[in-house]
Amino acid sequence: MSATLATTPATAPPAEPPPRVVPTRRAGQWTAAGLVLVLLALGLVSVVRNEAFQWDVVAAYFTSASVLRGLGLTLWLTALVMVLGFALGTLLAVLRLSANPVLRAVSWGYVWFFRSTPILVQLLFWFNIGALYPQILGVNTVNLLGPVAVAVLGLTLHEAAYAAEVVRGGILSVDRGQIEAAESLGLGRRRRLSRIVLPQAMRAIVPPAGNMLIGTLKGTSIVSVIAVQDLLYSTQLVYHRTYEVIPLLLVATLWYVAVTSVLGIGQHYVERHYARGTAGAR
Amino acid sequence: MSSVTADPKPKVEIRGVHKNFGPLHVLRGIDLDVRAGEVTVVLGPSGSGKSTLLRTVNHLEKVDGGTVSVDGTLVGYRRSGNKLYELREREILKQRTRIGFVFQNFHLFPHLTVLENIVEAPVSALKRRRKDAEAAARQLLDRVGLADKAEAYPKQLSGGQQQRVAIARALALEPGLLLFDEPTSALDPELVGEVLDVIKDLAASGTTMIVVTHEIGFAREVADTVVFMDEGRIVEQGPPAEVLDAPRHERTRAFLSKVL
Repeated sequence: MSATLATTPATAPPAEPPPRVVPTRRAGQWTAAGLVLVLLALGLVSVVRNEAFQWDVVAAYFTSASVLRGLGLTLWLTALVMVLGFALGTLLAVLRLSANPVLRAVSWGYVWFFRSTPILVQLLFWFNIGALYPQILGVNTVNLLGPVAVAVLGLTLHEAAYAAEVVRGGILSVDRGQIEAAESLGLGRRRRLSRIVLPQAMRAIVPPAGNMLIGTLKGTSIVSVIAVQDLLYSTQLVYHRTYEVIPLLLVATLWYVAVTSVLGIGQHYVERHYARGTAGAR
Repeated sequence: MSSVTADPKPKVEIRGVHKNFGPLHVLRGIDLDVRAGEVTVVLGPSGSGKSTLLRTVNHLEKVDGGTVSVDGTLVGYRRSGNKLYELREREILKQRTRIGFVFQNFHLFPHLTVLENIVEAPVSALKRRRKDAEAAARQLLDRVGLADKAEAYPKQLSGGQQQRVAIARALALEPGLLLFDEPTSALDPELVGEVLDVIKDLAASGTTMIVVTHEIGFAREVADTVVFMDEGRIVEQGPPAEVLDAPRHERTRAFLSKVL
């Protein structure tokens, strides 16, 4: 190519072509990448060929009715805990930022307490609440709070403490001038929060909330200790009977990975929604 | 212009206003009258308290002493005997709808379109119907020369365009008084003119305004009264021809010699 150009300079003016950029040769990078790929392939082959994984058992139980029921419970438990937890968390964040020192202290105390105790302990505590209050308003506590209700209650109260901090951080990230502008336009307190502050706070809230959602999805597996039949517990019920521990744990694992991946994709679109108006700066 | 006519009551009356930020005494006894239909331009070095004074007029800053009245009504307080009772937030917000405020940094709502920015206050504070508010908003946009930007988001506009939207947003409440806090200080030099032109138009239409600015040329051209502040006090005030061209105080002369 360059040879033909060089031999036919007759017609065109003798303009030298612009110099071509030659990137540095990075032999080390190629070697490292190749090495890592080989190791990955070796690992993958061993996983596929190791009979102990019992992939046929995994396949047999992956869409079995009891596993799908467990998955269903895990999904709605996660959704409910997220919604209730963030509703309570938003309230706590607003209280924490209020002008009333008592409300501020109560909100702080709530977050302090529920973040200071392990969720496992909290769940066991609620599960045994009947020992402290056998009756609430004339109803037997044992009847009022079955395992599933305890799971929702315990996880929500715990989630709210973390959600409160996430929402508070989001609200604090909104420029003070935005609130002043809304005040000078005569917008009421609730309207300022719902229309001006929270939508802008969402940009800072969504990434950590996505983190929490994924954490909660997997964290709900803790309810297996109080015999709630979630995804993990439903696979445990099978392997307690059949002793196929590894393949059934793999069933649960693969489902957690699948749902988490879908949630990650969803988060991307939610983030894009709340970033509207911030792109396209000139 | 109308400084000789005996107005029954000034539009804005500021009496003995004091303001502290911690140990800092920012306003040290301010008395100022602004008559209806007039443009008052407040000049002064940074830290002289001029922005703080402006912010007391719509109660964005609470005063630590003295009173501010608009249309003969105390801003932020109710007087009973010798006591000033602070108003509820609802009542303060209602007072603010009659006072437009334009910020140095625009403070448009970035997640709302230009039209939504303007419509927000009339719809939620004045309970106007959205359709009517939108029609009025489009007229205002036309007035500030941005009729084609209704659907844009603030970040897609230049600084000058954003400030003109902010002015339209303030006008949407049809306030009887407009306050401008250094409306051109955050703009690139070539964008200052378009914003000042809009403000001049408003002045010509007889809107009462207080403008805190560093634009001496604008003050000379538009102001009925120029107020010069330094260290929390009003050093002198009067028509631009007096304060700008024949200042009586050394402090004013020193300031003008630096900015002119």
